[in-house]
Amino acid sequence: MEALIYLFKDYTFQTVALGSAILGLISGVLGSFAVLRKQSLLGDGVSHAALPGVVMAFILTGSKDTEILLLGALISGLIATYFIINIVKHTRIKFDSALALVMSVFFGLGLVLLTYVQKIPNSNQAGLKRFIFGQASTLLQRDVYFMVICGVILLVFILLFWKEFKLYIFDDEYAKSLGFPAHRLNLLLSFMIVMAIITGLQTVGVILMSAMLIAPAVAARQWTNRFWVMVVLSALFGAISGIFGTAASSLMAKLPTGPAIVVFISGIVIFSVLFAPGRGILQKVIHRKNLKLFLRDQGGDGNVPTV
Amino acid sequence: MSPQFEIQLVAVIVAVACSLPGVFLVLRKMSMMSDSITHTILLGIVLAFFLTHDLSSPLLIVGAALTGLATVWLTETMNRTKLLSEDAAIGIVFPLLFSIAIILITKYAGSVHLDTDSVLLGELAFVPFNRMVLFGYDIGAKAIYSTMALLIINLAFIITFFKELKLVTFDPVLAAVVGISPSLIHYSLMMLVSVTTVGAFEAVGSVLVVAFMIGPPVTAYLLTDNLKHMLVLSGIIGAVNGILGFYLAVLFDVSISGSMAVITGLVFLTVFITAPHRGLISSLRRRSRQKIDFSKKTLLFHLYNHEGSEAEIQEAGVHTLADHLHWDMGLTDKIVKALLKEGNIIIENDVIKMTDKGRILSVAEYEALFSD
Amino acid sequence: MELYESNYAVQIEDLTVAYDAKPVLWDIDLDIPQGKLMAVIGPNGAGKTTLLKAMLGLLVPVSGTVRFFHETDNSLRKLKNKVAYVPQSGSVDWDFPATVLDIVLMGCYGRLGLIKRPGKKDKEAAMECLQKVGMTEYAGRQISQLSGGQQQRVFLARALMQTADIYFMDEPFKGVDIQTEKAIVVLLKELKESGKTVVVVHHDLQTVPDYFDWVTLINIKVIASGPVEEVFHEQNLKKAYRSTGNLLKSAV
Repeated sequence: MEALIYLFKDYTFQTVALGSAILGLISGVLGSFAVLRKQSLLGDGVSHAALPGVVMAFILTGSKDTEILLLGALISGLIATYFIINIVKHTRIKFDSALALVMSVFFGLGLVLLTYVQKIPNSNQAGLKRFIFGQASTLLQRDVYFMVICGVILLVFILLFWKEFKLYIFDDEYAKSLGFPAHRLNLLLSFMIVMAIITGLQTVGVILMSAMLIAPAVAARQWTNRFWVMVVLSALFGAISGIFGTAASSLMAKLPTGPAIVVFISGIVIFSVLFAPGRGILQKVIHRKNLKLFLRDQGGDGNVPTV
Repeated sequence: MSPQFEIQLVAVIVAVACSLPGVFLVLRKMSMMSDSITHTILLGIVLAFFLTHDLSSPLLIVGAALTGLATVWLTETMNRTKLLSEDAAIGIVFPLLFSIAIILITKYAGSVHLDTDSVLLGELAFVPFNRMVLFGYDIGAKAIYSTMALLIINLAFIITFFKELKLVTFDPVLAAVVGISPSLIHYSLMMLVSVTTVGAFEAVGSVLVVAFMIGPPVTAYLLTDNLKHMLVLSGIIGAVNGILGFYLAVLFDVSISGSMAVITGLVFLTVFITAPHRGLISSLRRRSRQKIDFSKKTLLFHLYNHEGSEAEIQEAGVHTLADHLHWDMGLTDKIVKALLKEGNIIIENDVIKMTDKGRILSVAEYEALFSD
Repeated sequence: MELYESNYAVQIEDLTVAYDAKPVLWDIDLDIPQGKLMAVIGPNGAGKTTLLKAMLGLLVPVSGTVRFFHETDNSLRKLKNKVAYVPQSGSVDWDFPATVLDIVLMGCYGRLGLIKRPGKKDKEAAMECLQKVGMTEYAGRQISQLSGGQQQRVFLARALMQTADIYFMDEPFKGVDIQTEKAIVVLLKELKESGKTVVVVHHDLQTVPDYFDWVTLINIKVIASGPVEEVFHEQNLKKAYRSTGNLLKSAV
């Protein structure tokens, strides 16, 4: 406990925790959109595919500045998405196969480039490897500023086009019939989701980042039937797991941040799915039991058809 | 055997062994589920390793097979609650199990000989260091035998259950009717994926296994319609990817498994662009030919509809036609010229008229629409 | 050229729509007069829904034009306040986290344009629309808890919210209960009385004479279009619901 208090007073930790909280918040908000659009796994592809971009950016510029590395990640993430969409569009290969192929090939390319960097004299790839599992302790103050700026931009866009995005996700053809530029809205939203993934890479890493997009949204969905409440809750869940995961990783030696955050948010998902009022499994079980008793009282055999 | 040859041999065996079950994964739209399994299997490996402290222990296979099944079961159970969609269920189960595995590995990395890099990324270059010794004789690298066993298991499974796999893949309802349990085949296939991942991870790492499972089959899928051909072709493509990947790695002195994945991607890309019938180029060509063909039909049908009507001079006028069809002048000219050349239309006083040939063709096209 | 030209709500000229190289609509010419309650009927795969979507500009046609109220510029951006669309209720995910009122409010999004949010007045208008479809007490209900008929009413209320001049409806009677069907018919007739044009994709031939005053039979091309009493007879129906023989005979 003392260690915890000490930790939260620590300036470096404050920086790192702030960064993780923002990451959770951003991915929670954008993840709600991704999950409702039934594009949960696209994030998985984009984040895996970001690895070669990070390393390539380093090879080309020699810089380890987060902005430059993340710009590389953004570019390779977008290229991968472009590949996936075109494979599905022009062949009979299904989306899931195209996704699995492209993301594993890009990840392989990332590893090739990483081993290549290792061979370059005077270059230390240690700073790059953190992108595989994420290491929050490597977050610098300027990285956090960068995340804040990205986060603010994303949130402003979400607020501006709130009703458009909501309409588009619920019923894209109707949105089109109302005269909204559905295609451009789609592009903007996809780009924003990719941005959200990219900002989280440093903390959570390329393999696990997709969980940050999916898990908070799925947990939040269980507690509410209102779209805006879901988005706010999702942001909250994301931020909380960001902070707690980071704290755990800072307190315990050799605990990578990404997995720690994922375990936290998964815990929230499991709790929500089991205990959320209305939709939760527990409530359904109780409801079924009551119904059974009621039917038995009525003289029936008490058999309730499984749903 | 030279170390170089041993590495190549293992690369080829692993690639072929992975590509065989991959064919069914691609056809059954289970690619992402297998991706998920190749990640979660890590947890099984880690737990079994803690028990045995031996990476080549058969217990690892048991542990991995169990985690594989657990993954599928967990994902499907979550999905069945209808509280979340299937892809979201995959996206929650695999990161959780994988995270637990990573935490365990890094936590105890110092005390055991198991680090994230070797499990996740594998290292084919180390293959020759681990020897198989029988009665005091060195009979080659251990990995040759372990991956060979894997290949034989996969081959045996697919040959034995070929009929069942085929039926369940293409017609699960019929399969159930004739008494083949689709879920039994489904879980067996998932077990095979798990076992393959365990067999392959030491060489190529668990994250990249999926590239070798999915890559060759989707490439073969663009080249053939026949299931048996697809299996054979996947095996060949896998082997080629393994060898080319090895040389690429040697050339640039980089990760072998990574290079194999890159080659897998490049080979796919080449086939994707150039494949006859299903490649990008032939598909674009076909589409533009279809567009021309269809435009011809449309124009003929248009003429047929307005033949003899008051508005014919307007509707079929050489200068007004483009406006009516809302086509640009270039396309209209092209189509009119082509039809003139074929003798389906003639131009009289600036009005396009159908010839008898054109009229019969137009009616036949419309009739053809209803025949299927 | 035409005598009643000024009275057309929709004019379709030489419209062809195809998926790949297979025509779904082939050289359609169709004029829909203003103030009519029109059914679009035809067998499955005849292109009814496609016709609706092509009119709404949701599909890019191979050839042809669609004009509303004789306007030359047909971009939906300009027309969004004149045209309302009721898609098939099965086309959306009803587990979306939203209430009935949320969905109805979407009807005014087009009028509001980008960025602006619906205000108090819009909410009042939405409640009025819900009242017209008899769903006032469901305003706060989560949409996943609605029955098929209720879903359809909500979509209808959303279209009413658009206060459009033309209403396009894709099988509004599909999967609804008798009461809902009756309520919808009353509503459609009211719309017609107030001078609106309503185009409904319909599949129940028996109810056509009772519900509609104008009918279009299509099967890839327009078989017939006009007042129900003139057009809706066995010969045309036979033509629409198969029998290429007729066409061949008339051609040769």
